[in-house]
Amino acid sequence: MPAEHFDAIVVGAGPSGNAAAYTMGKAGLNVLQIDRGEYPGSKNVQGAILYADALERIIPDFRETAPLERHVVEQRFWMLSEKSHTGTHHRSDTFNEEKPNRYTILRAQFDKWFSKQVREAGVTLITETTVTELVKNEAGKVIGVLTDREGGPVYADVVVLAEGVNGLVGQRSGLRSEIKPQHVALAVKETHFLPEETVRERFNLADEDEGVVIEVLGSVSSGMVGTGFLYTNKESISIGVGCLVADFAREKIPPYELLDRFKNHPSVKPLLKGAEMKEYVAHLIPEGGYDAIPQLTGDGWLIVGDAGQFVNAVHREGSNLAMTSGRLAGESLIALKAQGLPATNDNLKLYRDALEDSVVIKDLKKYRKIPGLLEKNRQLFTTYPALLNRSMNAFLRVDGRDKRSKETEILKGLKKARGNWLNVAFDMLKVARAWR
Amino acid sequence: MTDKTNGSKSPRMEERLYQNRYQVDEGRPHVKINHQAGGDSEELKALTKICPAGCYSINEDGQVEVAADGCMECGTCRIVCQATGELEWSYPRGGYGILFKFG
Repeated sequence: MPAEHFDAIVVGAGPSGNAAAYTMGKAGLNVLQIDRGEYPGSKNVQGAILYADALERIIPDFRETAPLERHVVEQRFWMLSEKSHTGTHHRSDTFNEEKPNRYTILRAQFDKWFSKQVREAGVTLITETTVTELVKNEAGKVIGVLTDREGGPVYADVVVLAEGVNGLVGQRSGLRSEIKPQHVALAVKETHFLPEETVRERFNLADEDEGVVIEVLGSVSSGMVGTGFLYTNKESISIGVGCLVADFAREKIPPYELLDRFKNHPSVKPLLKGAEMKEYVAHLIPEGGYDAIPQLTGDGWLIVGDAGQFVNAVHREGSNLAMTSGRLAGESLIALKAQGLPATNDNLKLYRDALEDSVVIKDLKKYRKIPGLLEKNRQLFTTYPALLNRSMNAFLRVDGRDKRSKETEILKGLKKARGNWLNVAFDMLKVARAWR
Repeated sequence: MTDKTNGSKSPRMEERLYQNRYQVDEGRPHVKINHQAGGDSEELKALTKICPAGCYSINEDGQVEVAADGCMECGTCRIVCQATGELEWSYPRGGYGILFKFG
């Protein structure tokens, strides 16, 4: 391991680590980044949607060289029941703009590209190296890291923990507690390949750059708190489903069986017809929201990205919050260095304040009550999607019965499903209040 | 999904994982079970169902065993069994384990 003393060590080469390392490298700081993968991206998983704004604030011209799949022109939201789906679409030609807002990406390729930019910004990257623990001085300040490579510890003024959702280094160094099973979702995903033209035709897309996103709620999670998704890439489709780990542990449903059921749903099956599955992945997603955020800074260390639980589960945003937190951490450390101030917990208030003032904490605060709401109100995943589909079906079917009788029946069904009208009203109130 | 005739993973799981790239660190499994006196916990047993790579199965003695070659390093087992102390879990050595092609 390098014997020199670094301004900063960044643990991990995902979106948050890359954002932090790039920001600091660009400003001339002496940065070492360590990743355990064979190449950056080889251990990283995402759905994946890239939100341009967060990356644009780091690398404004990223579109010129980044490996992007399709920009999103249409978002579908499905409420799924066993044989049906009812939903909404939003498609707009305004998404066909010079600088599109959202893209589908393949993370292994995207991360390789991002890492190249980081190295070109002057950051030293060491791969195939797992950071095992943090090194502290007698006063308890973090002063470096130990790895599974020979050559002893590496030292730095500050360690940026961009180690991802599991947060093992921070946890084993006593900086944070273990993640709770109700605060994290297990997602499984497959990548299915199809000719580009087939993807285009199947999803009603104008060319190889336009893409569609489908987010799915309802029977896809088999009564657990979870969702499904389907994203179009250039020549492939990413399809997955994720539910809370606590729910999987209780229900004992194999996640791949859930995914198979989703793939075989009559609304989904034709979209995947003839595709060749080329990868099956699993990953944890932090979904505990604001109240699950661990302590984010200490003497000589700070946390960015998934390790900080920065995921907005409602809006399926994570990588953008990761990049934003990484950038803010980088900027804060640059400012401290410029003022000749050490990265103490007190001085790192700069980073904590920047986060508070950013979309990261603002959005997580807004949806603070959502994780608790979903956990206690599973009818939102079961009763309502099923009811909606039954009602739509009854409403649309022309069978000689008069419309008033049908409407009465639909309303009766709703009342019966939740016991009484008060419960229905409460459900609506609860959702509205958590959303606010 | 366990094939009861030989205790190995079902062909379906083999097929699914066949597409993935791994660099297996022979002889150095990164997940180990410390069986507790009094038998395996419900949490540990649940892993035979919910591990996404099907790494956990019940052996002939009725004990949960782990074969982590197909592990995707998600960490689910670690979190489910955190309170029971039955799992020793670390990341594989740098460069080893799953290598995502698309991620």
